[in-house]
Amino acid sequence: MLDLFYAPFSEFEFMRRALVGVMAIALGGGPVGVFLMLRRMSLTGDAMAHAILPGAAVGYLVAGLSLPAMTIGGLFAGVIVAVAAGLVSRFTALKEDASLAAFYLLSLALGVTIVSLRGSNVDLLHVLFGTVLALDDNTLLLLASISTITVVALAVLYRPLVLECVDPIFLRSVSRAGTPTHLIFLGLVVMNLVGGFHALGTLLAVGMMMLPAASSRFWTTDITMMMLVSILIGIVSGLSGLLLSFHAELPAGPAIILSAGAIYVISVVLGREGGLLWLAWPGRHLEA
Amino acid sequence: MSSASTAIRFDEVTLGYGRRPAVHHLDGDIPAGSLIAVVGPNGAGKSTLLKGIVGTLKPLEGRIDLKGPASGIAYLPQAAEIDRSFPLSVYDLVAMGLWSRSGLFGGVARQDRTRIEDALAAVGLTGFERRPISTLSGGQMQRALFARLLLQDAPVILLDEPFTAIDAKTTADLLDLVRRWHDEARTVVAVLHDLDMVRRTFPQTLLIAREPVAWGETGEVLSPENLLKARRMVEAYDPHADVCHRHVA
Repeated sequence: MLDLFYAPFSEFEFMRRALVGVMAIALGGGPVGVFLMLRRMSLTGDAMAHAILPGAAVGYLVAGLSLPAMTIGGLFAGVIVAVAAGLVSRFTALKEDASLAAFYLLSLALGVTIVSLRGSNVDLLHVLFGTVLALDDNTLLLLASISTITVVALAVLYRPLVLECVDPIFLRSVSRAGTPTHLIFLGLVVMNLVGGFHALGTLLAVGMMMLPAASSRFWTTDITMMMLVSILIGIVSGLSGLLLSFHAELPAGPAIILSAGAIYVISVVLGREGGLLWLAWPGRHLEA
Repeated sequence: MSSASTAIRFDEVTLGYGRRPAVHHLDGDIPAGSLIAVVGPNGAGKSTLLKGIVGTLKPLEGRIDLKGPASGIAYLPQAAEIDRSFPLSVYDLVAMGLWSRSGLFGGVARQDRTRIEDALAAVGLTGFERRPISTLSGGQMQRALFARLLLQDAPVILLDEPFTAIDAKTTADLLDLVRRWHDEARTVVAVLHDLDMVRRTFPQTLLIAREPVAWGETGEVLSPENLLKARRMVEAYDPHADVCHRHVA
């Protein structure tokens, strides 16, 4: 029985690599997702993930399935869309959600078009849904570096990030750290999405960010705990998704996100902090 | 007036949004250590004036000079735009007041912990440390924000309608803190609507209605004539307004 959990990883190197990759993604993506959620920017993450596609596609057009070209292209496109959407919402009548929606739809269409200019449908699937079972050394190194940078940067920016969510006016009155903090944070979001993109593709990369984060909200009211829980949920989803895909012969990327989705549903129903069951049967009220 | 004892100096200041003035040609000094109420009808430019002092709004014309650095101002905005659903404890909210000492990375030392506890005790929130801010009532939240002001330990304190929708007991407690700040020779500027409270507690008053109506001893400023004048303030702006040439050369 235990073999079912252990054997795939002990026998196959590609499974071990996939597991390491997913763990790295969970380590960086979970905390970033928690902050996206607390800043009410959950959909921004989704929009940015789509925005990365045309950049990665241009990299692909120039150099084929090359790690550096697609990474640089993705980072570039992600930053451009983030800035452009920010500018449109700041200086025109459009609000940020609408302008992001416009940019990500454009990006998605543009990206798919660029990929099909040169590649086959297989390449398109690769770009859209990733290749978590074919991570090479360089990709693993990239994923590990991204999560390392993310964890360190979040530790350094923790105070202004929290303060900017809770009380932006107060932050502005005591410090000028607000705007740079916001920009660096957006940079971290793009970086983690580009990392996730190699393993899970543009469409699912954001899943490892938002699903664990949204689930963690149901288990604790403490931000630090929330980040730890989201990392844990990310790793468990990765592990169970890979096992599921191995034994049931499902595509690995979607299996991982579905596992995260299952944990999310469980959290919504059972979560100690505002889960459905606790809302329906809160128990008798206390004395004080 | 000697500039050494001036906390805030307004030099023909006009503050506004776009080119439309909300506070017109304000000129004068707020001496250090004064306890001054800013009074006027809604839309008179009271909040705008505070934003100008803090520096979040740049004057359209004129200058606002502060004696100390801008970081020496503690500012409590009107119905603070705080995300109450954010998972943060009362203790952490209040501890933010130490920002100017601890900054981005600095730790909270043991003596700082004592200060945080003292501030919580001073506003009557001992025992609330671990409570999430989402569970606080309006009055308790205002107490917590006053505790944060206490920790900021600033020479200049700006309060924008601090007692709106606050019950009598809480108002009395928080007013005691305001008096304590005055006794400690801090400069306190508070936007208020309760004229009785102003008469009782604030020696100085600035009455504005988009431009200064009267400024000085509270008893003289809050005369029936002045209040009537303030009430006649023109609220609607003239779409064909000319460029203002009142600036003195």
